[in-house]
Amino acid sequence: MPHIEIESHLPGITGLLEYRKDSAVPIRELTQILLRGTSSLTEGERELIASIVCYGNECKFCTTAHTAAANLLLGENTTSAAVLKDIHTAPVSEKMKALLHIASLVQKSGKQVTEDAILAAKNAGATDLEIHDTVLIAALFCLYNRYVDGLNAFTPADPAYYETLADRIVHHGYTRLPQGYDHLKNNPVH
Amino acid sequence: MAHITLPEGVPGIRSLVMYRPETGKHLYQLAQVLLRDASPLTPAERELIAAYVSHKNNCMFCMSSHAAAARCLYGDESAIVDDVLNDMQHSGVSDKLKALLIIAGKVQQSGKSVTVQDIDAAKASGATDREIHDAVLIAAAFCMFNRYVDGLATLTPADPEAYREMGKRMVEKGYALPDANGK
Repeated sequence: MPHIEIESHLPGITGLLEYRKDSAVPIRELTQILLRGTSSLTEGERELIASIVCYGNECKFCTTAHTAAANLLLGENTTSAAVLKDIHTAPVSEKMKALLHIASLVQKSGKQVTEDAILAAKNAGATDLEIHDTVLIAALFCLYNRYVDGLNAFTPADPAYYETLADRIVHHGYTRLPQGYDHLKNNPVH
Repeated sequence: MAHITLPEGVPGIRSLVMYRPETGKHLYQLAQVLLRDASPLTPAERELIAAYVSHKNNCMFCMSSHAAAARCLYGDESAIVDDVLNDMQHSGVSDKLKALLIIAGKVQQSGKSVTVQDIDAAKASGATDREIHDAVLIAAAFCMFNRYVDGLATLTPADPEAYREMGKRMVEKGYALPDANGK
């Protein structure tokens, strides 16, 4: 049960963002620009960065949602699973390996990011902006994971819930649905 | 030196929001909403939570600037800020704020560290759902800000006087995007 009273038809982050809408706006807008805005990293790559941070923070809701989004964007399920298991052997570019490594350091602490980790990314072709966005995406998911788990938001067990959620964040994005979320009241989640 | 090329001579988060204003404007809006806009917690209490979490994350820039803002807001009672940073459990803050700071400290470690007992203790000392929500979200937000500032190795002034001025500005002007000169 969540630590505070959240509408029961809104699991995970959705219920929290609806609980306080004025703080939800900048959080949603920041996520939209970082994960869906113009970037030399693909949307799938950016969802992989989000996934590895959520996994490191052991946030089940966020890990399941963002790996599902990555899978949908990449059109397969194997890359996300391989990245979570071991960055070094995962079927991603050297540049992505270096960026995923930086993200996993940020997950622990900003101070963990070493000159060597940055140099490895630059040598693999990463630009300043790609490094910047990787660090900020990783930092942002440290916020999300703590928000969701710190208030013990409801984490559905049904995999179908995350398929629907992934479809929404891939095809609509991270901004609030224009019609709100009342229609979900008719579809209880488990 | 910062890990990427940032505006020279501009410290901390300001150099980052000048580097990428498209993301910076939402980060500053979030700080403004969480630390200044309507909340049952005072701006002083909220800056104290921000400073406390930044202290636990060893983020010198964020700790020093938000502690300075909190001292400014507490006015005659500014000593409370250093008491909390030195030894929160034995500081003179109210039982409710102490319970919220304990929750914020747990959030700093991991969202999963927050227990039902922590929440019950906060509620027993009079904290509302909204106050608990805001304490958790402020703590979570500073786990983001601290990682952003330190993860890119931004400029951290060593002079305490620099932070006194920053704190005063944060109280007088709130969280507004800097201009092209970093002002």
